[in-house]
Amino acid sequence: MRKVAVQTTLNGEPVEFLCEPRQSLLEVLRDVLNLTGTKEGCLTGDCGACSVLFDGRVVCSCLVLGVEAQGAQIQTVEGLAHGNELSVLQRKFLEHAALQCGICTPGFLIAAKALLDHNLNPSESEVRYALAGNLCRCTGYDKIVRAVMDAAKEMREREAYG
Amino acid sequence: MGSHTTESSFRVIGTRPIRHDGVEKVTGRAKYGADYYVAGMLHGKVLRSPHAHARIKSIDFSRALALPGVKAVVTGKDLPEGENKTVPLGEMTVNPRYLGQNILARDKVLYYGHAVAAVAAISPHIAEQALELIEVDYEVLPPVLSVEQAMAEGAPILHPDLRNEELGDVPTNVAKHVVLTRGDVEAGFREAHFIVEREFRTSMVHQGYIEPHNALAIYNADGKATIYCSTQGPFEVRGMSAAVLGLPVGSIKVVPAEIGGGFGGKTTVYLEPLALLLAMKTGQPVKMVMTRSEVLRATGPTSGSLIRVKMGCTKEGKITAAKIWMAYEAGAFPGSPVGAATMTVLAPYAIPNVQIDGYDVVVNKPKTAAYRAPGATNAAFAAETVIDELAELCGIDPLDIRILNGAREGTPHPAGPPYRRIGFIETCEAIKASEHYRSNLEGPNRGRGVASGFWFNAGMQSAAVVNIHLDGTASVVTGSPDIGGTRAACAMIAAEVLGLNVEDVRPVVTDTDSIGHTDVTGGSRVTFATGMAVFRAAEDALAQLKERAAKLWECKVEEVEFRDGKFYCKTNNATPLSVSELAKRLPRLGGPVTGRATVNARGVGPSFATCCIDVEVDPETGRVQILRCTVAQDAGRAIHPAYVEGQMQGGTAQGIGWALNEEYIYDSDGHLMNSTLLDYRMPTCPDLPMIETIIVEVPNPGHPLGVRGVGEVSIVPPPAAIANAVYRAVGVRMTELPMSPARLWKAIAQKESTRSGLGRAQHG
Amino acid sequence: MHEFTYVAPSSVEEIVQFLAQHREKARPFCGGTDILVQMRSGVRRPSYLLDVKTAPETRLFEFDPAKGLRIGAAVPCADVSADPAVRRYYPGLAEAANLIGSVQIRNRASLGGNLANASPAADTVPALIALGAKAVLRSVQGQREVPVEGFVTAPGRTILNADEVITEFVIPPPQRGGADAYLRFVPRNEMDIAVAGVGVFVKMEGQRCVEARIVLGAVGPTQIVASEAMAYLRGRTLNEGVVSHAAELAAQAASPIDDVRGTREFRRHLVAVLTRRSLLAAAKRAQANQS
Repeated sequence: MRKVAVQTTLNGEPVEFLCEPRQSLLEVLRDVLNLTGTKEGCLTGDCGACSVLFDGRVVCSCLVLGVEAQGAQIQTVEGLAHGNELSVLQRKFLEHAALQCGICTPGFLIAAKALLDHNLNPSESEVRYALAGNLCRCTGYDKIVRAVMDAAKEMREREAYG
Repeated sequence: MGSHTTESSFRVIGTRPIRHDGVEKVTGRAKYGADYYVAGMLHGKVLRSPHAHARIKSIDFSRALALPGVKAVVTGKDLPEGENKTVPLGEMTVNPRYLGQNILARDKVLYYGHAVAAVAAISPHIAEQALELIEVDYEVLPPVLSVEQAMAEGAPILHPDLRNEELGDVPTNVAKHVVLTRGDVEAGFREAHFIVEREFRTSMVHQGYIEPHNALAIYNADGKATIYCSTQGPFEVRGMSAAVLGLPVGSIKVVPAEIGGGFGGKTTVYLEPLALLLAMKTGQPVKMVMTRSEVLRATGPTSGSLIRVKMGCTKEGKITAAKIWMAYEAGAFPGSPVGAATMTVLAPYAIPNVQIDGYDVVVNKPKTAAYRAPGATNAAFAAETVIDELAELCGIDPLDIRILNGAREGTPHPAGPPYRRIGFIETCEAIKASEHYRSNLEGPNRGRGVASGFWFNAGMQSAAVVNIHLDGTASVVTGSPDIGGTRAACAMIAAEVLGLNVEDVRPVVTDTDSIGHTDVTGGSRVTFATGMAVFRAAEDALAQLKERAAKLWECKVEEVEFRDGKFYCKTNNATPLSVSELAKRLPRLGGPVTGRATVNARGVGPSFATCCIDVEVDPETGRVQILRCTVAQDAGRAIHPAYVEGQMQGGTAQGIGWALNEEYIYDSDGHLMNSTLLDYRMPTCPDLPMIETIIVEVPNPGHPLGVRGVGEVSIVPPPAAIANAVYRAVGVRMTELPMSPARLWKAIAQKESTRSGLGRAQHG
Repeated sequence: MHEFTYVAPSSVEEIVQFLAQHREKARPFCGGTDILVQMRSGVRRPSYLLDVKTAPETRLFEFDPAKGLRIGAAVPCADVSADPAVRRYYPGLAEAANLIGSVQIRNRASLGGNLANASPAADTVPALIALGAKAVLRSVQGQREVPVEGFVTAPGRTILNADEVITEFVIPPPQRGGADAYLRFVPRNEMDIAVAGVGVFVKMEGQRCVEARIVLGAVGPTQIVASEAMAYLRGRTLNEGVVSHAAELAAQAASPIDDVRGTREFRRHLVAVLTRRSLLAAAKRAQANQS
């Protein structure tokens, strides 16, 4: 099969890759670019483990073709930390023990970032609906919701005083 | 058992440090099974049966093999037949012949999704295309889809060679009948003032781990193999893969990857032997990853069941007798958790007269695998609903009837010796005293329910090594895959013993060649048994460090004391040394210190949980919303309370999913109709409230730190608690799981029509 | 997944030229939330996937109180439901667009895709029909505007010709005293497919209903317009009794099947419940729109 050359921006860096049109963005990230932080859970868009930001919006990378990334801005879990400094969300997930097996964690972090990027003061219900596309089977969501709310709080305070 | 059993002396245990594997997991760096890639790797895919029950007449894979890029095709004929005998495996047992047949069907397919052939190709897409080119000629047989069907006279037989001791030499679908009796049930019922008798049904449900099964197998020309996979039991994968393929156990090394959830479902093998078989056939590494549909069709579920409960009590609520009949779907091969069900169903109570009959029944559905407290949830749904009804008849609080009849130290367990110190009553008292239980629940169509649950927990074999590094930090090496924070618990135990900061202890989960045999991560046993091995290995390291200090100080080892993280000499004025100060000197004091211990852990302490749930029912649609939920569980000792809470919350959430919407839906031909996460409805974030936890700590006298194990029991109470809450909300007793909207709506509508019918009769 | 060629056209003209040449072999797609799943399971095997969202005309979004609303076929549902004009004047459409899948799905799924996929359970379709929306179709022959009502002819089938593409939707201007609502029933709170869905539009003069449209989803091979219930409501005061009777008429209009998501009996019952609830919600909004 003829492969297509795609130029994209991945976690802020320009990236070029070759892929078959039938390869999803998830396959490209994992199999072509070796970014295995984005996980496969269902391939039908029902679990959110493969969530990435595509032009700033959270999407399931299993339901995006790799070729669609042409000219786009893609952000994955690997791009959340600034060097060795974890993002507030990442730190809060650790502090609140918001992960057990951790397979859903990258997707949750991305979905939570998508929420907090435009709403730093979400209600518990808003957090829960923003994360409805991400399944977690270990935690019962309790500590995840707390971590996201707490991250929002810290980010609000930082905005107010910093 | 050392000086670490009094609470006041704990420095690390009971704190909430950041887990050691946390940063890797929030940055995407942690390597799960599917994240392994090696040069020259092929991709394997499995062809699965479109029929629930059929004879395989022939398989022609010549066209598949001819497709460019396809390197090998294997079928059941490529596997040795395997011994037809039962061997124990952690919480369950396996039969190598059945195990092999489940991995690749031999003569018959026994469920929709049963593996028939496997392909290795240079890309997953080509492997998929090759599957379409394999032609299988089936003779379709009538499927058996329920325990009633399977147990009926003249039922189609799944395994012509299956016999059970009771029936003698007659083909049957009943693999086993277990009986538990105590006292005289009929006499007990004669003493009863109230008797309730009900029949319950539950559907198969899946563990629902988010990470699909995966395996990467490498086979070398010297006959040595390595398997990377997502598993709860690397030693089980090694043993089972060797058994299925007829290889020496020692020729296989299993490297457990990070595991994306298991809940019991990753305690057996599906892809591992297949990937290895394809690797042996091609001489190239082979990686296999299941799709979600494969996971749902062909792995894991726990049994659907039919349970009849008859229970009687005095006017005061003292339960006098219980008679329980239960049949569990084993799936396509024998081995449902019905035995555990018979032993757990009444375990929280002291009931003088008991008769329990359990049947292990094969049906044309996937072979069941362990699922968090296997067998107990179905059974508790039945028994705990009936107990609620008895409480109502007696006019007493549902927690009081549990406390009145509750098992305590000395109460004989239904299947064994009397309990040592247990915390069942304490969980009931904790709920009773909770702000939640004492609060008023107001509003129409709202109700509150409680229920309790029991799980044995497990001991079994574990090994641990504690290495003291030259800078005074340490590593803890175990063979227990970490599915919920057990690495952190192991590091905390070692840090506690060695007087180190928990951050200075690095926990490592290693492969089957690098640590002694360690049984599966299951039965809530890791913090208990592997934790016990870590405790002893740390004590071993400590003893060696004392010897080195004695050598340094030229005193007797008995004269060296370790307290508050420092070594002291009791007989001379040598400057006390911390572990790190002593560690620096080790090269001149005899070399490295490695503590080691192995355990075949005894002294298991069972866990109990009691749960309180508020619901609101939309009576027009039958939809249930969980308003509030509190769970109390006896952890024995909470090593890392945040992850104890996590287990309680996760188990409760699974119990809620099981109660409300999760079920395997089959058509009449035995096709699974909901093999996606859209239609297999696990709870999403907005479906649940915060799950409030009360950790009860009644130390287990059988463990040096009082640990019981916390992973499972919290799944047990929610279905019954919700059924009891629904009854109080809308007045109907639900006897079938899940209590999906359609079922609940129908039950409410029937109640309404009965009531209006009665009304008419009275007025007419 | 089978092999195919991906095409990213820069205009609708390019799309229709390509369709004219390749017809059934080419499949327009937008968010991919249905078609990629169908291609993975082998249900659809197009040789060409035509990415309509790369043509700017399909991203159009215009509201004019006098002319109504134009929404490009490829606009993501998330944008539809977040748009202030949609939320103010077409809240039922906002509700429907906000119910599809999850945030992840709504960021990709479009109104055009939801309609072209032709699922009986599509959430936005009853809402669009209730509003009297039209779909604009283009081919090399030219352009035609067709009502969304009647567009779907059977599950997975539509009146769309092989050389045609949906480019946009045209929704009539808001009416004084008029309002819409959409409700569906799903067992979970999100991430579900409607067991039944009802989109309604009512126009009120005081307490009196002068016009009503009721459209049922997931209870027949296509969306069903509950004409008898609509006729019954016309001219009546919308009290609890009238609304309940209309709901019963709507339930009778449904022709549901038993499947994995619900039984016939339960679905018919749900139509009555949802019709009643959505009519009451729409009537309340409509009364607020009278001034």
